[in-house]
Amino acid sequence: MSGVAPAEPGMLQTDERVPARVAEAFLLVVALVLSVGAIWMVGESMVGGLPPGFWTYTLGLTGLALALHLLLRFRAPYADQVILPAVVLLNGLGLAMVLRIDLEDARFATPANAGRHFMWILLAMLCAGVLLWFLRDHRSWRKYTYTAMIAGIVLVMLPLIPGLGRPINGAKVWIFIGPFSLQPAEFAKIAFAVFFAGYLVTNRDTLALAGRKVLGLQLPRARDLGPILVVWAISLGVLVGQTDLGTSLLFFGLFVGMLYLATERGGWVAIGLVMFASGAVLAWSIFGHVQRRVDIWLNPFDPELITGASFQIVQGLFGLAHGGMFGAGWGEGMPYLVPYAYSDFIYSALGEELGLTGLLGILLVYLVIVERGLRNAIAVRDGFGKLLAGGLAFVMALQLFVVIGGITRIIPLTGLTLPFMAQGGSSLLANWVVVALLLRISDNARRPSALPMRGQLAGPTPHEVGQGPSGTGALPVAAGAARDAVAVPGRSANPPGESSFGPPAGPADGAAADGAAGGAETTVIVDGPREGGTR
Amino acid sequence: MNATLRRLSTVVIAMFMALMVSTTWIQFVRSGEYNENPNNNRKIYAEYGNFRGPIVVGGEAVAASVAVDDRYGYQRVYGSGDATRAQIFAPVTGFYSVTGNISGIENAKDSFLSGSADSLWLDRLQNLITGEEVQGSSVVLTLDPAVQQAAWDALGDQKGAVVAIEPATGKILALVSRPTFDPNVLATHDDTATTNYEALANMKLPTATIDGSAANSPYGPLTNRAIGATFFPGSTFKLVTSAAAIESGQYTPSTQIPAPDTYLLPGTSTEMQNFGGERCSATGQMTLLDALRISCNTAFAQLGTTLGEDALREQAEAFGFNDTLEIPMSTTASSYEADMSPDKVAQTGIGQGGVKATPLQMAMVAAAIANDGVLMEPYLVQQIQDSDLAVIEETSPKRYKTPISPSTAEALTQMMLAVVNDGSGTAAQIPGVAVAGKTGTAEDDPRQPTLWFTAFAPAEAPEVAVAVVLENGGESTNESTGGRRAAPIAQQVIQAVLSR
Repeated sequence: MSGVAPAEPGMLQTDERVPARVAEAFLLVVALVLSVGAIWMVGESMVGGLPPGFWTYTLGLTGLALALHLLLRFRAPYADQVILPAVVLLNGLGLAMVLRIDLEDARFATPANAGRHFMWILLAMLCAGVLLWFLRDHRSWRKYTYTAMIAGIVLVMLPLIPGLGRPINGAKVWIFIGPFSLQPAEFAKIAFAVFFAGYLVTNRDTLALAGRKVLGLQLPRARDLGPILVVWAISLGVLVGQTDLGTSLLFFGLFVGMLYLATERGGWVAIGLVMFASGAVLAWSIFGHVQRRVDIWLNPFDPELITGASFQIVQGLFGLAHGGMFGAGWGEGMPYLVPYAYSDFIYSALGEELGLTGLLGILLVYLVIVERGLRNAIAVRDGFGKLLAGGLAFVMALQLFVVIGGITRIIPLTGLTLPFMAQGGSSLLANWVVVALLLRISDNARRPSALPMRGQLAGPTPHEVGQGPSGTGALPVAAGAARDAVAVPGRSANPPGESSFGPPAGPADGAAADGAAGGAETTVIVDGPREGGTR
Repeated sequence: MNATLRRLSTVVIAMFMALMVSTTWIQFVRSGEYNENPNNNRKIYAEYGNFRGPIVVGGEAVAASVAVDDRYGYQRVYGSGDATRAQIFAPVTGFYSVTGNISGIENAKDSFLSGSADSLWLDRLQNLITGEEVQGSSVVLTLDPAVQQAAWDALGDQKGAVVAIEPATGKILALVSRPTFDPNVLATHDDTATTNYEALANMKLPTATIDGSAANSPYGPLTNRAIGATFFPGSTFKLVTSAAAIESGQYTPSTQIPAPDTYLLPGTSTEMQNFGGERCSATGQMTLLDALRISCNTAFAQLGTTLGEDALREQAEAFGFNDTLEIPMSTTASSYEADMSPDKVAQTGIGQGGVKATPLQMAMVAAAIANDGVLMEPYLVQQIQDSDLAVIEETSPKRYKTPISPSTAEALTQMMLAVVNDGSGTAAQIPGVAVAGKTGTAEDDPRQPTLWFTAFAPAEAPEVAVAVVLENGGESTNESTGGRRAAPIAQQVIQAVLSR
């Protein structure tokens, strides 16, 4: 936080400076050192020197990370400073593991391809950059609510089209077009997050307030059940048609989660869980292939399964066990014994070589990303942004739960992959888009509002109340605010102008008038005039 | 929505906690169980990925690991890849297969060869710090390559085994079993390891019979006949019967014992005859020495009955019967049964009926007689050296049992010298060397007698005790006695030892 930007004339002076993103720069250096170090250690272990492509990976990763960092400084200076380094670290470690398995080719050929994987990382980072550059305000996506719905449904249905989808590992979650393969679910989750955010922000009051209270739960009206029924049907269709509980759980969990976020009604969660559970049980009782996957999940060591259907998950367990507490070390384990160790099972590969300590560290990095996403959702002022950021963060957590839970046998195994680490272009692209969206929303969340801070009205150096779009939020709160003002003496002398970075202000845009940005329960959501209300 | 976002964030933390617990469960709590799961190939791969120590005989690595560029990293090579050289040592080295099959020294000293032995923890700690690969230790054997080769050559294409022991220490100088296998074909890294193993495991070895009928050896090429197969010891067991007699104090080599033309087995109507229906003595009496010298069956059957089951079994067990050894491979116990019928006891007096022995056991009998009545524990591993050639384990000779007194040993030596000088074992004579021995022709299968010879030399200062067994006594009908066929093999092995 060094650069002091001038405030725009005529606008309120907001006593904020444009951050120089020093923390992000520092964390990026740490992430890059760890990533390059991992790649270097893979080389030392596998080829006794620098691995092939070492400089390409090092310079490429550093260059793109630096470029994104600079882009954020100009285009989203207030964006979260932890997310980018955390994601770069995960990409770097994932690349090191894919490279490590790729280098095993002399002994044990696998389709692992570090060069290709790296190309997709660069492309995905580039995409994130382009999105951050052109998408100035996430709220502009609200108008695509129903486009997103259609896109999501089409994407989910794609693998079911004969000739396009092909089962891999028993799950039909891939489509093949010529030489390209794609996991549409990765993109569908973004489309659904956008759709749910747009839909729920409009209908949340209806969904939340109407209905009767039964046993302490506010139950919705029957006619409001339509959307949840549709999503439920789609999810079960995915479960049965693609035989993938993970993807099914991902979409339905996302919907129920966002429904809960929007309505604040536990009844929806109860209904959702009951519906999904009963649907899943029904599917299990009817369809043989669902039963088979459950068998594999419950009895992987069954002698009849262990050499065939449950071979992969058992090998994954053996790999994790082999890693133990501290792991075999880069290049010292045998992760290549597990089928798809470079993609679906990269978690067990990482566990084998980095050990429990390494995996817990990686899980914490993921947790940091998700929690930062949720914090940004709390901080952002518009309902659409809250729902979108909350949904995207939650769907990432869900995906991790589904993937890692599948490998560690919390739930049946799924065809989804670990975001940012597993080899696979669609996963990288989609998740970097999620990162770009989270960064964009966090920039909006943390950007100083063009509105007067509450305390500034009551502070010892009162400011002129400018053209604030709404006066409702400007409640005089004397206590802490006076301190705020005292803590930054002389700021009022700064020339105005910083709000050139500010969001388009205006009631219709729903800029929140919440002085305690990112904090208080009393956030006032002004998401369009119709919905203005204090909750 | 902030309240629900916070609650959702708690849910997310709970989800991550679940993942952390499940990961910890697998990697920490259950890891030992998963690592030991028989379906887990990582142990084998891990061992192959490390340099496995060689098995060394006389400075030559008869089993060694050679770096290769496949998933295992190292290929186990026996006899430097020469099939014959590998087979000469196969019964000792055993084999080490990626299919998980393992035998011989490879199995018995696996922890040292693979470098996982507890006593190597310091090495492993060093390797952990320096980042070097785990290095297995070398296992140096007591075998003498020249003696082993001589035994292999002398046995030729016959089915049988040879064991040579240094009586004063228990060092095994030679241990050969034929037919055997080439461990190289079992150590391959592809499917042939399994198919070759199955072929060898199911292989039937046809043997010639006196009457020409079809018969198979009860033992296949994977069996180590020297320590893992038992046969009726036949007349070689008369050494044990004689020992029991002399130890009882009632007999000396010159004691006259009954030697009838036929002997009615007690409690039966079966008449026991001497070999080939011959007469032992015109008077029906002969000295114990002469009875052993010409291997008179009726005399020893009657002696066995006189001494009784308990005395015979005690003497046999004093020589090591009814006990297993770790040499370091586990040996099959030679057996002397209990609570036998009187006729069966009589038969054990001549090494038939309720008694069976491994070739190693009969070599131990000779070795104990040679070593003034002290039986040393036989062993194959001289020392174990870590990767820096530092000796981390050295076998020192150990007294195993004291089956007979020195005077009994001396008496038996004189009797055994008579066997070779002018008895049934003249084929074992070596000019200028006093060879003490005993022949044996046992009827495991009447159609194909088992031929034995056990001996030690030189009698005054024994350097080696040998036992030879041939399964295929049916190959040459009337020539088939231990004295004719097995004694020359022992003779060549003794010569190989004495010409070192």
